[in-house]
Amino acid sequence: MSTTATHAHDDHHDHAPTGISRWLNSTNHKDIGTMYLVFSVVAALAGGGLSFLIRLELGEPGIQVFDVVGEMMGSEAKQFYNVTVTAHALLMVFFVVMPALIGGFGNWFVPMMIGAPDMAFPRMNNISFWLMPPALVLLILSAFMGQGAGTGWTLYPPLSGLAGQPDMSVDFAILSLHLAGASSILGATNFITTILNMRAPGMTMHKAPLFVWATLITAVLLLLAMPVLAGALTMLLTDRNFGTAFFDPRGGGDPLLWQHLFWFFGHPEVYIMILPAFGIVSHIVSTFSRKPVFGYLGMAYAMASIGVVGFIVWAHHMYTVGMGVNYRAYFVAVTMAIAVPTGIKIFSWIATMWGGSISFKTPMMWAIGFIFLFTVGGVTGVVLANAGMDIAMHDTYYVVAHFHYVLSLGAIFAIFAGFYYWFDKMTGKVYPEWAGQIHFWTTFVGVNVLFFPQHFLGLAGMPRRYIDYPDIFAEWNLVSTWGAYVTMVSTVFFLVVTLYVMIAGRKSVANPWGDGATTLEWTVASPAPFHTFEDTPDFTSSNPAAHPAE
Amino acid sequence: MTRISAFFTGWVLTLVSTSSAWAQDLPTPSFPVPWQLNLQTPASPVAEQLVEFHNFLLVICTVISLFVLGLLIWCAIRYNAKANPVPSKNAHNTLLEIVWTAIPVIILVVIAVPSYRLLYYMDRVEDPGLTIKVVGNQWYWTYEFPDYDIEFDSLPLPDDEIDIAAGQHRLLEVDTPLILPTDTDIRILFTATDVLHAWTIPAFGVKLDNVPGRTNETWTRITIPGKYYGQCSELCGIDHSYMPIVVHAVSPEEFEAWRAEQVAANDNTPDDANRLAALIQE
Ligand code: HEM
Ligand SMILES: [Cu+2]
Ligand SMILES: [Cu+2]
Repeated sequence: MSTTATHAHDDHHDHAPTGISRWLNSTNHKDIGTMYLVFSVVAALAGGGLSFLIRLELGEPGIQVFDVVGEMMGSEAKQFYNVTVTAHALLMVFFVVMPALIGGFGNWFVPMMIGAPDMAFPRMNNISFWLMPPALVLLILSAFMGQGAGTGWTLYPPLSGLAGQPDMSVDFAILSLHLAGASSILGATNFITTILNMRAPGMTMHKAPLFVWATLITAVLLLLAMPVLAGALTMLLTDRNFGTAFFDPRGGGDPLLWQHLFWFFGHPEVYIMILPAFGIVSHIVSTFSRKPVFGYLGMAYAMASIGVVGFIVWAHHMYTVGMGVNYRAYFVAVTMAIAVPTGIKIFSWIATMWGGSISFKTPMMWAIGFIFLFTVGGVTGVVLANAGMDIAMHDTYYVVAHFHYVLSLGAIFAIFAGFYYWFDKMTGKVYPEWAGQIHFWTTFVGVNVLFFPQHFLGLAGMPRRYIDYPDIFAEWNLVSTWGAYVTMVSTVFFLVVTLYVMIAGRKSVANPWGDGATTLEWTVASPAPFHTFEDTPDFTSSNPAAHPAE
Repeated sequence: MTRISAFFTGWVLTLVSTSSAWAQDLPTPSFPVPWQLNLQTPASPVAEQLVEFHNFLLVICTVISLFVLGLLIWCAIRYNAKANPVPSKNAHNTLLEIVWTAIPVIILVVIAVPSYRLLYYMDRVEDPGLTIKVVGNQWYWTYEFPDYDIEFDSLPLPDDEIDIAAGQHRLLEVDTPLILPTDTDIRILFTATDVLHAWTIPAFGVKLDNVPGRTNETWTRITIPGKYYGQCSELCGIDHSYMPIVVHAVSPEEFEAWRAEQVAANDNTPDDANRLAALIQE
């Protein structure tokens, strides 16, 4: 990439605005990416704190934490437990995973990887971000208004309707999701336009890096799924405030309509949270194996097919609502079909490692951890896909274990992988390898001790969203809570080290990972300059160095 | 072992027991054991098939997970930077890609066959010997026997009324359990009066949502007499954790005795003539 290698010491174009207006009025994709990441960390502290409260409560039978917490919050213990479960999930989904993967890494690296100077609509990018803090504030308010929104993140009416939650709490949650959804839709259009129109000359889609593919597909899913959620939320809002009865059987409505609309959004949403992770893992595995991604096109189209099929499987979340058996049979078939492209991804990552010269640096450890733990979550997904079998598992801890394996041990592992992978590029500092390894291993042990026993609890019949459980489930719950302690300590360690490194870390180089790191972001200095490229990178066939994806 | 012995004691106890249907000292053949790893002991043909199918799936899941783990470990040993300093540049292998698409498809088809058989088997029953209706309310259950005009509420017992020494379990006991006959095809109808609930008995392989404004249907046939527990399985508000389900499964004769007693006690039971008159009036 001779075109871009020279400008690290060419600083006169690199005058960033300073002070508050640099951030408040930012139109720079890297600054906005940074704000998304910081935002995500803040939300993660809140969401993680709540989950720790839940695990403390469930460490032993009886109510011993939420009576105190509830009192402090001026709320009834059992209701505040429901509020906590609800807020934890909404925070993690909308305010941690999505902002980190899409807003954070997507903003930082999609334009860089395709050789674009910035996002297509920089000002819209700004508003996308700045919709999020008010959304977060509304969500926090929803926990404290009245008795607090304790409906679960799925907001099923009638519980989320006036009959179940007569005060304003749920209205605040709805408005929060409206804002977050609007932010997502704006962000999605921005990514789609950027990726389709602003790739460097010669970079056809079939040469685009897999993270770019992943972000494109994610953005399309967002664009199609979010409006459905917005519509459903609006209907719920008018049911609650303006006398409509979309979801109220007493007015001729149907609570199940909500579930169909919600999961038509909700299932694509779970892939929205994992596709960018797929992209990140592909780059890391390739970089540290010093090999091109195995089956690049297969990988790209596996993601595309996951995206398409993701829209026709939603009712596998509704096997127990009383749908006709033939409908259930259909959803079993399409849901199981998703496992095929998912399998292709897993095997392609392993084939990328096969024959490689692998160095097990911190990002690679997280990526390998991801591959294995995501597989475990995938196979339990296939168990749940069977409508008959799901009767035993639905709404038990087995489902909780499943989605934490794909999210906490999947999406979050990929976020950490990406964080360590791109840390030098974003901060210009070197992250100490020993600290990353300690963080990885302690988290790996912690989350497995935390979530694996939940499979057993679910199979034995422990329902989810319970503040107290029969004493017979005490043992595995205690083990699970010990896993939470370990994870907590690990996370605090990570936060402390990261703060220290940001302040006092050694200075890094443009490409700390060697010849396996082939995408464009490694051709510019670390931290990446405010204006990334002096000259547009050239991928036309006349340029010999034009194969970033492979 | 404990489960098997619990299972046997269950049988023996029922055989020798002369206790009436609503006594508290029924055996609990499916109650989980400490450190339980798998599904509860099945007490219906559907639950038996669920256990069997799950054990089959468990083998497949374990094999796939260990296979992936094995490959990763092998890569770590064989292809680490020391063992293999020069990486290959191989990034395609069409045959391999076809194989790892085709084999999962085959595995899924192998799963699908028993899965569908089970799904259609557990859906409904043609000629039920008994129909019951389960109504979810915040936060208790109402049971109805529509054919006999029996209807009663089943309320949870608070912690301070639980007699652990007598084998009762915190959060699981109710004042009036549901009495059901063994060896009878029972149709179960589900609905709710306020918000969603879900009535479940894991040992029967039954779980279905109680949806206001709708009536759902499934069935069961209890094979082992005893006392069975379940807990509401759809978030329904503050006391979601506190609406347990208790079923006493007794022999058809004992059930018949109980039913007759209920019907006799039920002053309002219209005889056939009244019922007809009522119908005509409507
Ligand atoms: C092999 C692919 C997968 C299959 C076949 C699958 C299947 C299922 C099924 C059938 C359920 C419903 C279980 C129930 O409620 O009874 C479920 C729940 C869930 N899955 Fe997956 N899943 C897969 C992958 C994923 C991925 C990749 C994610 C996200 C990264 C995910 C996230 C979730 C979540 C969040 C829930 C629970 C939602 C809730 O009830 O709150 N799954 N999955
Ligand atoms: Cu889904
Ligand atoms: Cu409930």
